[in-house]
This record gives sequence, structure tokens and C-alpha cells, in this order.
Amino acid sequence: MKLDKVNYIYGQGSAYEMYALKDINLEIQDGQFIGVIGHTGSGKSTLIQHMNGLLRATTGTIYYNGEDIYAEGYSMRKLRSKVGLVFQYPEHQLFETTILADVCFGPMNQGLDKNAAELRAFEALRSVGLSEKLYEQSPFDLSGGQKRRVAIAGVLAMKPEVLILDEPTAGLDPKGRDEILDQLAKLHRENHITIILVSHSMEDVAKYVERIIVMNQGSVMYDDSPKNVFRYYKELETVGLAAPQVTYLMHELREKGFPVSIEATTVEEAKQEILKVMRMHD
Amino acid sequence: MLRDITIGQYYPTGSVIHRMDPRVKLFGTLVFLISVFAYKGIVGLAVVTLFLAAVIRISKVPFRYMVKGLRAIMVLMLITALFNLFLTPGEPLFQIWKLKITKEGIAAAVRMAIRLTYLILGTSLMTLTTTPNQLTDGLEKALRPLNKIHVPVHEIAMMMSIALRFIPILIEETDKIMKAQTARGANFDEGNIIQKAKSLVPLLVPLFISAFRRANDLAMAMEARCYCGGDGRTKMKPLRYQGLDYKAYAALILYLALLFVLRVVV
Repeated sequence: MKLDKVNYIYGQGSAYEMYALKDINLEIQDGQFIGVIGHTGSGKSTLIQHMNGLLRATTGTIYYNGEDIYAEGYSMRKLRSKVGLVFQYPEHQLFETTILADVCFGPMNQGLDKNAAELRAFEALRSVGLSEKLYEQSPFDLSGGQKRRVAIAGVLAMKPEVLILDEPTAGLDPKGRDEILDQLAKLHRENHITIILVSHSMEDVAKYVERIIVMNQGSVMYDDSPKNVFRYYKELETVGLAAPQVTYLMHELREKGFPVSIEATTVEEAKQEILKVMRMHD
Repeated sequence: MLRDITIGQYYPTGSVIHRMDPRVKLFGTLVFLISVFAYKGIVGLAVVTLFLAAVIRISKVPFRYMVKGLRAIMVLMLITALFNLFLTPGEPLFQIWKLKITKEGIAAAVRMAIRLTYLILGTSLMTLTTTPNQLTDGLEKALRPLNKIHVPVHEIAMMMSIALRFIPILIEETDKIMKAQTARGANFDEGNIIQKAKSLVPLLVPLFISAFRRANDLAMAMEARCYCGGDGRTKMKPLRYQGLDYKAYAALILYLALLFVLRVVV
């Protein structure tokens, strides 16, 4: 997927005219696990809604697999089944009487018959780790975390090539959060789908993704690997973001004279790094 | 798409009309409505028009903005005009097929169109210059005497202000759910009428659920703040008449009197 000089202006021509996206150039390779982070109102949600054609860029073009999605005759429905988008609080979109039927909604819209759709639904529900006993229950009887998994399965069942999730862990407890993120990582590993994760938790992002896009006031501020992005932790703070806590720890250790690498971004990496230094001291 | 509705919107300009007590404006609207149906003859019409034009001018709301609200009732106005045009008995002017157009018919159609336009302009002037909260406050206070005959005035006013407050929230919610279902391949604008109605289910069910959830939360929040109805409840900004309001009342009564005098004299 390629975004070429994408601009999006809210309320064009009125007094409230505002740039929500400013000159966005991005290239997203197949199979990447990408984190998009940014402060509230930085344009991350607007950005991802462009990626499956829900919002139309005021100027600029978006290419998917080399095809211009704004070209005449390009099927937005087809794009939407290839680029799956899971909104914030996706459990608010559930509506069917049973979980299975709800997950089937997407595949049925793609034109699959009932059996094929149910097959897809089973597969999707299994991959988000929902117990089979629940499939015939009403989605409204589930807990918050389970509902969210059903909603994510609803998009997964459409077999998207790219899966975009807007804050999939908002409002979940730490256990539910880790479970969902682990399952996403597994999907990425096993099915090789491209995943774009929107979040403002640096810890989540640092642990899973291989590339971070930092948004600020509608433009891309940094676009690099987590290690390189967190090197700018001071600049991140000025736009209301922060690096993972271990980054701060490592920087402080370094200042106190311990020769640790400041590149560790996850707790595990930091642990190894500190152990290494301690052994050197012994 | 849903954001284009202008009827019932507030347009802040800080004019004299905006600063008036909402009860005065309610009374004024009532007086104006009566006058629109009570005037007689061309002189009466001129007085009503002049009054409306003057009030619009004082309110500083752009006239073009007000006219936008008229578009919504265009169809209604056309149908009314057509019915009046063809179905009023009287002296026939000419005939197309079975439809007779009479002199009285033309007069009635024009009169009706003018009345409807003035009605909409007059009432929308009130909502344009009064915030929904002021409006319900005014209604509550103006209808307070009805409490004596066990009409739950405070409760009705509270329900009204809650309903008004939730309109923008529900519009936003609809937008969000629509997008979420579109991302799952739902299609809201294609197909025949039955398919279209069916395609609304994935939109309406989540919308209802979210409305109930919000209602629950709101009730809980109100109870947590010890809300228990209207008895003994005080206001942060109690409505009190100012000098301006008395002058407005006087002007309104004068206007009404003038119209009735004209009705008798002319």
C-alpha cells in the first residue's frame, strides 16, 4: 500500500476549515507489523480510515497493490474486504442474535454462501481464542474482552490481507490486553498478514511492532524502527507522548556510568542488557 | 449528511433578541403565530411582514441562513399549494384536463404559501436565538401553573432537554457505527426498499443498545448527584425579567392590538 501526498481537510470552504492530514507519504510493505502512535487529535484515526476508503483524501492518491483506489471503476467494497479495519470499541457494532451469525456478517457481505461464511467464522473465532461453547450464545452476554474478540473475529473472517486496529486494547484490563496483542502477533506470524496497530501505549507498541509511525498534528513525525524512534524520547515528550519506561531506565543507568546499551525497548531486552553489565562487573 | 439539518439550531450573535428572557420569546412566537393566521387584507400582511423583517434584522441572524431551513419543508409547501390551487371551488379561470384552476384557488394557494413560510421563519427565529437549555428553562417556568393540575412540568422539561442534548451524540454514534459496518462490507445505499430496510438492522440494533447504555449511565450519574425531581430544586441562573423584557412584552401587545384594529377597520 502506498500513500502519495495525501491531504485531508475537514469542512473545506467553511470557517472551520482544518487540515486533518498534511502531506502524508507512506509505503506499507506486505507482512509488516506497524504501530501508529500519536496524541489525541494527531490524525491517526483519520489516516487509517483513508486506508480502506472510508474517507476520501482531499488531494493526493492511495495505491493498493499498484492500483489507484480513487480510479474510476475501482471497487471500494473489494478494497474493504482486503483491508480490514477494526474501529475503537468494536464491540459496539455487534448486532446479531448469536456470536456465529455476527461474525458471518462480513463474509456474507462478500458474497459467500452460509456454509462458507460459517467456516470462515469458525476459523476466525478460533484464531482469536474464543471457546467453542460460546458460539451459539448472544454476543451481548459476553464480557467486555470477549465481545471485543468477537468483533475482531468479525473483521478477520473477511480474510483481509491488511488488518488495521484502532486502539484494540482501550479499556481492557492488563490480562485482556496482553491476550489480544499476543493473538495478533500470532496471526501476524502464522498467517503473514500485514497488521497496523494504532495505540498510544508505547509499551504495547514497542513489544510487538517492527516499525513505528509517529503522527503529530496531521503529519508523520517519525517513521522508523522502535529503537530509532525511541532515541528521540525527548522530542516525543514535547508532543505529549513518551518512550517506554525501560528507555528512561536505560538512559538513567547510562548517565550514572553503567555501560548499558540505550537501545533496549522491552523489559526482556533491558533485563538481558543489565545482566550482561552486571556479569562484566563481577 | 446528517449534519446538514439547520432547523432547531442555535445561531449565536449576541443580539438584543438573544439576550431576552426565553419566556418573552415563547410569548412572542405565540403572538406571531396568532397574527399570521389572524391578519386580514394587504395592509395586515404588510404589518406582519414588517414585524418579521424588523425582528430578523434585530436578531442579526443572516437571512440566507434562515432560508436554508425553508428548504426542508419545500415539498410540504408545494403539496399544500397544489391542493389549494386545484381543489378550491369558485370562479374557474381555466381548465387542464379535469383540474380546474379558480381565482379563489390561486389566492388561497398564495396565502397558504405565505403563511407556511412565515410560520417556519418565525418559529426558527426562536430556536436560532435561544439555546435549547434556555428554551426548556423558559417552558418550565412559563408552564409552572400547570403543576396545580398535576402536570409534571419539571419532568417534561427535563426530558426535553435531555432529548435535545442527545441528538448530536446519537448522530455521531450513527456515523461511527455506519462506518464500522461499512468496513465489514455493509451497503446502506443500494438495493430496493426492502433490502434497504434490512440493511438498517446492523445500524439500528447497535444504536439502540448504545442509547440504552447511555441512558443507564446518565440515570446513574444523576442519582449519584442526588437528583430527585423538581420539588425544591433551585437554579444556577434563575430566570428574571429585565427592563428589556418588559419593553418587548409591550411591543408585542401593541403589535397584536394593531393587527386587530386593522382587522376591524379595514
